[in-house]
Amino acid sequence: MTATAQRPTTTVFRRPRSHTGFWSWITTVDHKRIGIMYGYAAFSFFVIGGIEALLLRIQLAQANSEFLTAGAYNALFTMHGTTMVFLFIMPASAAFMNYLLPLMIGARDVAFPRLNALSWWIFFFGGIFLYSTFFFGTSLAPIGPGGVTGNLAMGGGPGSFNFIASSPDGGWFGYQPNAGPLYSPGTAMDYWALGIQILGLASLVSAVNFIVTVFNMRAKGMRLLRMPVFVWMTTVVAFLLLFSLPIIAVALFMVTFDRQFGSVFFASTAGGDPILWQHLFWLFGHPEVYILILPAMGIVSEVLPVFSRKPLFGYSAVVFAGAAIAFLGFGVWAHHMFASGITPVAQAAFGLATMTIAIPTGIKIFNWMGTMWGGRLTLNTPMLFAIGFLAMFTIGGLSGVTHAVVPSDWQQTDTYYIVAHFHYVLFGGAVFGIFAGLYYWFPKLTGRLLNEKLGKTHFWLMFIGFNLTFAPMHWLGMQGMVRRTWKYPPEFGLGPWNLAVTIGSFVIALSILVFMINWYRSKRRGVASGMDPWDARTVEWMIPSPPPEHNFTDPPVVTRLDHFWHLKYDEDEEGRPVRRAEADALLERLEHEGNNPSSPIHLPNPSYWPILMSVGIPTAFWGIIYHTNTWGKALIVIGAVVILTSLIGWSIEPLEEPHGDDHRDDGSEHDFAEVGSGEESGDGVEDV
Amino acid sequence: MSDLAHDAAIADHPEHESTGVSNVKLGMWVFLSSEFLFFGALITNYLLYSNRSGFEGRYPADVYDIPFTSVSSFVLLMSSLTMVLAHNALSRGDQNGVRTWLFATAALGSVFLGGQVFEFTEFVTIYGATPATNPAWSAFYLLTGFHGLHVAIGVIMLLTLWGISRRRGDLSDKQGLNLEMVGLYWHFVDIIWIVIFTVVYLISVPPV
Repeated sequence: MTATAQRPTTTVFRRPRSHTGFWSWITTVDHKRIGIMYGYAAFSFFVIGGIEALLLRIQLAQANSEFLTAGAYNALFTMHGTTMVFLFIMPASAAFMNYLLPLMIGARDVAFPRLNALSWWIFFFGGIFLYSTFFFGTSLAPIGPGGVTGNLAMGGGPGSFNFIASSPDGGWFGYQPNAGPLYSPGTAMDYWALGIQILGLASLVSAVNFIVTVFNMRAKGMRLLRMPVFVWMTTVVAFLLLFSLPIIAVALFMVTFDRQFGSVFFASTAGGDPILWQHLFWLFGHPEVYILILPAMGIVSEVLPVFSRKPLFGYSAVVFAGAAIAFLGFGVWAHHMFASGITPVAQAAFGLATMTIAIPTGIKIFNWMGTMWGGRLTLNTPMLFAIGFLAMFTIGGLSGVTHAVVPSDWQQTDTYYIVAHFHYVLFGGAVFGIFAGLYYWFPKLTGRLLNEKLGKTHFWLMFIGFNLTFAPMHWLGMQGMVRRTWKYPPEFGLGPWNLAVTIGSFVIALSILVFMINWYRSKRRGVASGMDPWDARTVEWMIPSPPPEHNFTDPPVVTRLDHFWHLKYDEDEEGRPVRRAEADALLERLEHEGNNPSSPIHLPNPSYWPILMSVGIPTAFWGIIYHTNTWGKALIVIGAVVILTSLIGWSIEPLEEPHGDDHRDDGSEHDFAEVGSGEESGDGVEDV
Repeated sequence: MSDLAHDAAIADHPEHESTGVSNVKLGMWVFLSSEFLFFGALITNYLLYSNRSGFEGRYPADVYDIPFTSVSSFVLLMSSLTMVLAHNALSRGDQNGVRTWLFATAALGSVFLGGQVFEFTEFVTIYGATPATNPAWSAFYLLTGFHGLHVAIGVIMLLTLWGISRRRGDLSDKQGLNLEMVGLYWHFVDIIWIVIFTVVYLISVPPV
């Protein structure tokens, strides 16, 4: 019954064939290209979210400012938070994971290449869906009892900012019933709820893909405790996503049903429970915090050993601490709700549980310091960002411990102290980590180095700007400045620090501009990096830069942790590394072999289905928002038909066309292995 | 039989450290672990609201038609049996048997869905119970509705497999949308229904 070998390639479309240009990017299933697209999209949203933050800071620069109306301010802080969490840090982490995960475990691609393309396109259209609220959404003032309009001015702002009126304004946490149909009429919060739903779906698909990749696709000898810490953190994050996203999915469906189909989950008038939303949201929301920070911790765990020229101190402790953070992260959600009236027993339990998180986090911090201790440090840009991460994240972690103390937290709840805390862990932590990774792996991506001078300028501007922005927020919070308020009277004396904060935020903006210039110039004219510019330790540096499409001509057979390093270095009697005589010859051989595979290598073919299927989802969701109209119903039907057609088309399309008809002239086609009957290549088993 | 031997060869892929479970199968297991949380949250919602006192209108537990739902539950359980028979036929290389049992599974699933539509219609028309009645009804409709959606997606996948088999007659466990994966999904949907039927329909605690 081996009828599979001659399986006909019945598809609706002709298989896409372009390997360069626009269509090659649309149809690609190459994890590296998908990672690059994730990266650019995430950075674009970073800039948009940053501009939103700057507008907020202009408003707050002085007392009683009239720059923005209250409604516009609400809309901007909602979109700033939502954008930075869901459209910047998460996809930026996804960019690193996509690009690096297969390279770091010695694989040719992820387990499900087309599914990987699907996650990317769902994310992309989810972002467009969420931001389409600026064009289509409406955010109306709540109607109070007896039909009296609520006292909050409708969205909008001065002059050209009026379009902000059409964006969600219920906060990134969307507390109910404030964000429900009664108090947030109009469609903007529907765009928010359904937009996050789409983005969550993208992350869920990625999570499944990455977990299977890690468990099934590692190169020979790459045992679990030989994987780089970044791969470990990717795995941990994938599990966090897997178990937390379904909860927010349910919660967001409840909101959508309340808003669109008349259910009363959170309608206090009908007995609905607003605290239920908080529980569901934070049961997702707290693991989400670790989803944001753990990839950065993984990046830093790669960068610090390389530039300290020492192995990571306490590798297994760092790995298990990461897993412990994730595990504990599911048991601490109610520390976001200490002021919501939960019982004293619950407060005590969640306070204590929260404090225990400091233990694995502390383990990590001390192990990173242990890595640097006694090392030969090279203070170039990636290392500076990694050390910046370490210092800033520690400050944020310490202020976090103060929130675990319930009476202290009551004083801090909804003040700028909280804003300071989470920006120290998310900006000082995750974003510094992401930039460390960008500087570190840029040579892998392009074969060139980012300019060191501009890089250091970027780092110091960002470091100073960051602290000028967020450190004073601690003091503002202690003075009682509340979050989410668009105005403060001059007699409160909050003006000077607020002005400093605003100046700091513009310094950050300047530093990002320096980074963009550096990226643009170095991509074209940067110094050629060669294959191994940092004298690195992990296997992704064993292949040419930029990597060939097939990644590894011969996947490495891994013998120990930091495999690549041990190929290059031996130890003398005192345990000091001594470069092997044959190291340079090895690099040369690896580079030549990497670019010139001796036998053709087969890779998964590009496909139209992922992008087509992902278009169907926002189409149907737009329809849900306008389901009372005929054309809304039509959109739902069209979306469903597109998804269904794609599902069927996808399932009858083989991952790889039968060999023989797709060899390209440049000889860079390939074969996974000698396994099976040719049709089945093991590496890229089909997927849904 | 050679299909299975071939599959085993892939599972022990010589070039990879691997769990020995094929990618598609492992992927489905991982996805289902997420689905448990999804239904866990939905069932919890229902349990939170189902016996809360003071809501307007009837409670879902007042109007369940247990005999009717028992029958439709039985139908769904039987579809797991036919699913197993389909898989068994595949491993024997009996493509005709595969088609028959796949279609039977899809048909039983559709009967269950029909029962759910009938049940919902009854609740709405006879008792006037809609998602807007009270939070307990909101939770009931969301939970059972999403379960129904899962069954419907399962039926679509089964029919897709059936169609592929009819056209090409070469179903195997190595295709992306393969029978084993759909089978896993289908059994999961059944198991969840056992929990829902027990917790939501059979054990109903009166409002306190």
